[in-house]
Amino acid sequence: MANQALGAPRLPGPEPVINSPASGKVRPRAGSLIRQSSSPLPDQLFQALMMACGVAVLAIVGLIVYELATTSTLARHAFGFRFFFTQDWDPVNEKFGALPFIYGTVVSSILALILAVPLAVGVAIFITEMSPRWLRGSLAFTTELLAAIPSVIYGLWAIFVMVPLLRRYAEPWAARYLGWTGLFEGAPYGIGMLAAGVILAIMIIPIISSITREVINAVPQQQREAVLALGATRWEMIRMGVLRNARAGILGGIILGLGRALGETMAVTMVIGNRPEIARSLFAPGYTMASVIANEFSEATGDLYLSSLVQIGLALFLVTIVVNVLAQLLVWTVTRGTPARSNA
Amino acid sequence: MGVGIQVRNLNAWFGKTQALHQISMDLAANHATAVIGPSGCGKSTFVRCLNRMHETIPGARVEGTVQIGDVQVYNGTSATQVRRRVGMVFQKPNPFPTMSIYDNVAAGLKLNGFRDRRALDEIVERSLQQAALWDEVKDKLKKQSGASLSGGQQQRLCIARALAVEPQVLLMDEPASALDPISTGKIEELIFQLKEEYTIVIVTHNMQQASRVAEFTGFFLLGELIEFDRTEKIFTNPSDKRTEDYITGRFG
Amino acid sequence: MPEKHSNSDRDRTVSLRRRLMNSIMTLAAAAALVLVLIPLIAIFGYLCYKGLGALNWAFITQTPKPVGEPGGGMANAIGGSLLVLSIASLIGVPLGIGAGIYLAEYGRDRFGDLVRFTADVLNGIPSIVIGIVAYGLVVLLQGHFSALAGGVALGIMMIPTIARTTEEMLLLVPTHVREAAYGLGIARWRTTLSITLRTATSGVVTGIMLAFARVAGETAPLLFTAFGNQYWNWKVNQPTAALPLQIFTYAISPFEEWHRQAWAGALILIILIVLAVSAVRLTAGRGMLRGAG
Repeated sequence: MANQALGAPRLPGPEPVINSPASGKVRPRAGSLIRQSSSPLPDQLFQALMMACGVAVLAIVGLIVYELATTSTLARHAFGFRFFFTQDWDPVNEKFGALPFIYGTVVSSILALILAVPLAVGVAIFITEMSPRWLRGSLAFTTELLAAIPSVIYGLWAIFVMVPLLRRYAEPWAARYLGWTGLFEGAPYGIGMLAAGVILAIMIIPIISSITREVINAVPQQQREAVLALGATRWEMIRMGVLRNARAGILGGIILGLGRALGETMAVTMVIGNRPEIARSLFAPGYTMASVIANEFSEATGDLYLSSLVQIGLALFLVTIVVNVLAQLLVWTVTRGTPARSNA
Repeated sequence: MGVGIQVRNLNAWFGKTQALHQISMDLAANHATAVIGPSGCGKSTFVRCLNRMHETIPGARVEGTVQIGDVQVYNGTSATQVRRRVGMVFQKPNPFPTMSIYDNVAAGLKLNGFRDRRALDEIVERSLQQAALWDEVKDKLKKQSGASLSGGQQQRLCIARALAVEPQVLLMDEPASALDPISTGKIEELIFQLKEEYTIVIVTHNMQQASRVAEFTGFFLLGELIEFDRTEKIFTNPSDKRTEDYITGRFG
Repeated sequence: MPEKHSNSDRDRTVSLRRRLMNSIMTLAAAAALVLVLIPLIAIFGYLCYKGLGALNWAFITQTPKPVGEPGGGMANAIGGSLLVLSIASLIGVPLGIGAGIYLAEYGRDRFGDLVRFTADVLNGIPSIVIGIVAYGLVVLLQGHFSALAGGVALGIMMIPTIARTTEEMLLLVPTHVREAAYGLGIARWRTTLSITLRTATSGVVTGIMLAFARVAGETAPLLFTAFGNQYWNWKVNQPTAALPLQIFTYAISPFEEWHRQAWAGALILIILIVLAVSAVRLTAGRGMLRGAG
C-alpha cells in the first residue's frame, strides 16, 4: 500500500517570479479582498429560520386540529356520538343532530361522482390517447381552465342558468322516464339535491381528468406497444395496455375528486335549497355539512349552536383528510413520487 | 504567488465505501501537477478533498491532513475560508445562468461582501484578461448572460471567475474534456501562463494533455496513489508496472 | 379451400365487432369531451354576455347603493379583495417560500417527509374549515370581524401551493450551479438565496401566482372572517367587503339589480384569475435556465 509519493522532488522554495505581461504588479493575495468573516453562524441561523418555516406548516395544522377539537367539546359533551345519527336540527330549542347534513354531503358527492367519472375519464383518454398531438396542449389547458373558475361563479351560473334548465327540461324528463326509481318525485323546483350533484360534477371533472391524464402519461410506452404488437385495436390497447396499468392512479384521482366534492361549499350552498331534511327524491332540497356552516356560522347564537357547527367542521376535516391521503397514496403508486399538485 | 500543498495520509469515503486510501504527496508551488488514472480511480475525489468540496455530498467523510501554504485545510479553518483560497474549475462549464458575464466574474467577490465598485471593474477586467477572454467579451460584459457564450468561452469565463477571488491554488477537474480541440488548446495555453502565479492541480484522463501542461504527475488507481514523479519520468520510464500498463494503454 | 374461406369469414366478423367497439369508444370519449366543454363555454359565455351588460365605469368606482336603488358598484369589494389578498400574501409568500427552501435544501430526511406530507394535507382541507379556525384565532381574540382574519385564512391556504412549487423549482436547479458557488467560497445560505433561488425565480413566481389565483376566488373562508362591508374600508382591523363575498351576497338576494351586478363582479373576478393562470402558462413554457446547457 505504500506509495512512492514522498519520492517526489521537494523544491527548496518558490521559484523566482518571471516577469511576463500577465503578472503585472504584485498584488495582495489569498482572499484578503474579502473581508467578510466565514463564521458558521449565518449558515446556522438561516437553516434554523428555514426549518422554522417548515415547522410552521406542522404548527398550523396542529393549530387547526386544536381549534376544532376544543371548540367542539361543548357539543360533544351535550350530544356525544348520537350527534351524527340524530336528525333534529333545532337551533331554537338547542337540539342539534347532524344526520341531514351527512346525508346531504354523501348523496350530493356520490351523485357528482356518478356523473363526473365517466366524463372525466373519457375526456382524459380522449386527450391523451386519441386526439392529434398538436391539439393536446390546448385541450388540456382548456379543461384546466374549468379548474380555475371559483366556486362562487359556478354557483352564480348554476342559480341563473343551470337551475332553470333543470327545472324546465331535465327534471320533468327525469320524472317521466326515470320516475319508477323513486328518485325523481315531487315538484321540480330546480333547486335541490340534483342541482347540487350536477354542479359538483362539473366542478370535480377537471381534477379527476387531470390526475387521470397524469397517470396515463406515466404508463410506459412499452406497455402500449406490447398490446399493439398482438394486433389490438386502439381501444383494446387503451383498455388492456393503459387503463389496466393506470387503474390505481385513476381510482386515486376519483377519490381526490370525491375529497374535493365533500368540502365544496359555495356552489352547493347556492343551489341545494338549504333545508335540513332527508328525502329520497333528488328533487327535494337538502343541506350539506359545508353549507350549514357557511349559512349559519356567523348567525349562530349561543355557544352550543356554534360548538355544534364546529363539530360538523371537525367531522368534515377528518373525513377529507382520510379521503385525500388515501387518494394520494393511490396516485403515488403509479406516478412514483411526483409531488401532488394542487389543482386550483 | 502560488503556494505548495502537502497532503498526508488522506482517506476519503462515500458513506461506507472508501474512495481514497492513505494518499500522501507534496505538490509544488507555481507548478502544474497532473492527476491521471482510469475512471473511478479517485482522482476527482482527491482534488475535491483539497478544497473540501467532497464533504458537500451527503454521507461523505474525510480523514487526514491537507496543508495549503500555511493553512491547515481540515483543522480549524472553515470550509468557506478554504474555498476562498482555492479556486475550482469543473468538468462541465457552469457559469451562473441568470447572471451577466460581468456578474459571473464578480460573483465570488460580490457574494462574499466585497462592495467597492471601481475595484470590481478592475478586477473583472484583469481576471478576464488572465483567462484570455477579455477581448472577446469586453463589449458585452453586462448585456449578455454567462450562459450565452460558447462552451470554450464559458469555461474560460469560469476560470476568470475563479481567478477573480485571487486564490493561491487553482484546481481543475478535467477542464477541457467537454470542449472541442481548439478550445482545449486555448485552455492548455492558459494553464501555461497561469502557472507563473498559481499552483495548479489538473485532473485529466488525457495523458497527452498531462505531458503538455504539467511538470509533475500523480498516477491514481483504485483510490491509491501508485506513483508520483516528474511528468517526463512517469511517461518515459515509470517505476511501477501498473503505471506502465496504464500509460501504454493496456487498460483504462 | 372451402375451410380457409370460412375461417377468414369468421376472422372478418370478429374483427368487425372489435372495430365497431373501437369506433364506439372513440365516439364516446369525444362525446365526453364535448359534454365537458359545453358548461365551460356556457359559463364563460354567460359571464361575458351578462357581465359586460352590467359592467360600466360606475360599477368599478362606486360603492353599493342602498337596497332597491339602481346603480352603484363594487368598488369597495374590489378594494377590499386587494386588501385581504395583500395581507394573505404577506403571510403566505414568506412562509411558503421558506418552507419550500427548507424542503428542497435541508429537508431530504424523515422530518422533511413529514413536513411535505403535512403540507399536502393542509392543501386538501376544505376552505370553510380554515375559515372556522381563522375565526377562532383572530375574530374571537379581536372581538370583531376583520380584514386581518380574512387575510390569515387565505394566507394559510396559500402556503402549501407556494411551498411545493418552490421545492420543485429549487430541486430543478442543477447541482453544478450550487457547486460553482460553493467552490468560490460562498456560504451556503448566500448560495441558496442569491444563486439557487435566483435561478429558480420564474418558477417560484409561478407558484405564487397560482396560489394567488386560487385564493382570490375563495368565498367560504371570508364569510365569517372578513364578513363584508357596505362601505370603503382600508383598515386591517375592520370587516371588509371582498369581490367573491359580494358576488355571493348579491346572487342569493331577491333583487334583480343585484343579480346584474353579481354577473359584472364575476366577470371582473374571472378576468383577473384567467390573466394570472395564463401568465403562469406562458412563463412556465419559457423555462428558467435561458441558454444554459
